[in-house]
Amino acid sequence: MNNIIVYIETEGGKVSDVSLELLTKGRMLAKKLSCKLEALLIGHKVESLVEELYLYGAEKVHLADDKKLEHYLTLPYSAITIELFKKEKPQIALFGATSIGRDLAPRVSSSLVSGLTADCTSLEIGDHKENKSGKEYKNLLYQIRPAFGGNIIATIINPDHRPQMATVREGVMKKEPLDTAVKGKVSKIDVSSALIDENFLVEIIERHIEERKIDIKGSPIIVSGGFGVGSKENFNLLYDLASALGAQVGASRAAVDAGFAEPARQVGQTGVTVRPKLYIAVGISGQIQHTAGMDQSAMIISINNDANAPIHQIADYAIVGDLNEIIPRMIKSYKQNSK
Amino acid sequence: MTQKFKIVVLAKQVPDTRNVGKNAMKEDGTVNRAALAAIFNPEDMNALEQALRLKDRFPGSEVLLLTMGPGRAAEVIREGYYRGADGGVLLTDRKFAGADTLATSYALSMAIKKMNPHIIIAGRQAIDGDTAQVGPQVAEKLNFPQVTYAEEIQGFEDGKLVVKRRLERGVETVKTTLPAVITVHATAPACRPRNAKQIMRYKHARTNSEALDNEHNSYLPVQTKEELIIPEWGVADVGGEEINYGLSGSPTKVKKIENIVFQAKESKKLTSSVEDIDYLITELIDSHTIG
Repeated sequence: MNNIIVYIETEGGKVSDVSLELLTKGRMLAKKLSCKLEALLIGHKVESLVEELYLYGAEKVHLADDKKLEHYLTLPYSAITIELFKKEKPQIALFGATSIGRDLAPRVSSSLVSGLTADCTSLEIGDHKENKSGKEYKNLLYQIRPAFGGNIIATIINPDHRPQMATVREGVMKKEPLDTAVKGKVSKIDVSSALIDENFLVEIIERHIEERKIDIKGSPIIVSGGFGVGSKENFNLLYDLASALGAQVGASRAAVDAGFAEPARQVGQTGVTVRPKLYIAVGISGQIQHTAGMDQSAMIISINNDANAPIHQIADYAIVGDLNEIIPRMIKSYKQNSK
Repeated sequence: MTQKFKIVVLAKQVPDTRNVGKNAMKEDGTVNRAALAAIFNPEDMNALEQALRLKDRFPGSEVLLLTMGPGRAAEVIREGYYRGADGGVLLTDRKFAGADTLATSYALSMAIKKMNPHIIIAGRQAIDGDTAQVGPQVAEKLNFPQVTYAEEIQGFEDGKLVVKRRLERGVETVKTTLPAVITVHATAPACRPRNAKQIMRYKHARTNSEALDNEHNSYLPVQTKEELIIPEWGVADVGGEEINYGLSGSPTKVKKIENIVFQAKESKKLTSSVEDIDYLITELIDSHTIG
């Protein structure tokens, strides 16, 4: 009772990374709160996945398994989750900020009248004193997230409602298995009450993988490469950094013309104009044609081995050196230092 | 008999947080709200377009906007009119103040009950909060099914709406019974432009509060025609329990707000050394620029 429950998402018969990241975070929170970490796993033929959940510290896995639950559907999945939370009364419930988590968690929180904070970038435990009443709360979940287009960072709490619910995007938290798995157990959920016809008002007709259209304009962080990146293969480094930071990859016209990147990624006068929170220009000299499309970025980092490259003039941080050294160091440092 | 729908589009007036340049922050590091225009939330525009397309396909259907906010949010209703909507309601009441997504959803759901539509269409999320919670929470409050991340409402077959969804790694097509709540993703088609005739017809559409204001600012004509009055609804009009509205209906509280201070106007020169890179990454994390 009053434990932490992480909703486990699966994909192609595997546990999604975001769920393992949440278990890792949940484990630390559970330690601080001296409570247990549990998982909720819904699907069909998914029981074999519980071993991996034990390896990430889940001491109990609530399992709902049925043919009708093979694919995610809002109503039966939320019915199961709501029922379980009513029974188990977790103090904290965590979901991935994915198209599933962001569909399921609000539905559940609305039904339970519990608070929910989307896209948290940090989760901490702390106390709170209500200014008006002087009432003190111990060990609340601080749900920390950017708001207002990333211009402010808000700390949200739910003093009086449980569970305290939060969603977190993939890649934001660290994923770390234990050296040895915990001795966990499975608790099977009776799904019969959730499988009623009223919960199947929406049916899936078709699903298939389709490449997402490239849209770098809306991304708060852009890692952009120029001709100086050298080759299409070297651009993979940029993709690695972008994936670590949750960023999109952009390119200069010279890089697009050289075939290093798709035209849809081109930033500049003849490409798109972007104003992200952070723009990392790699191997870009900084011609007007390019800077016209990005000089309004809130922060600019330039990486170029030419100390005289004009891009360094408009950068907030100018790094002179070899991108093949710098980018892996940035990724490593980010993974070590991010919470 | 041909099918006709009553469609309610949920739309929000938001500060334009996308076009954040260096002047969006004041010297003291706080948000310069004056530099951010109040706009029709972008994904709500995509939602409006889906509603208008349904109306094109099913003549006689009605598209109504529902927005919640202060008096000036009536602009959202006018914008909807200009692009082809048939009307709208401004949900406004001091009792809504301090509402989080749940209390907002409660208020919207009470208004929707009064409007009694077949279909509710909203943007996936608003750019000032990016929570994507209001759509599903409204659906839950109304006990309707929800289809989130919609890219296209493809048709109506056997009494069910066919919707294509855009997910992280693919697309999914679903059928839903009505009534239902659909939330529309930014990859959906952009909204059609304003229509000159609609602008001429509705530019004087006003809420009664705005009309009253105009009496004191006489450079604008005082609104007279009944059909140009934009209804304003408060708690008294939509009913419900007061405790579920506003601050008291909001489980989440804001404990702390930190403004991001953009520093380093002068270029800082760094090398590729591990120390320099560590310094940079730590700075970026501490300022919440990344992570």
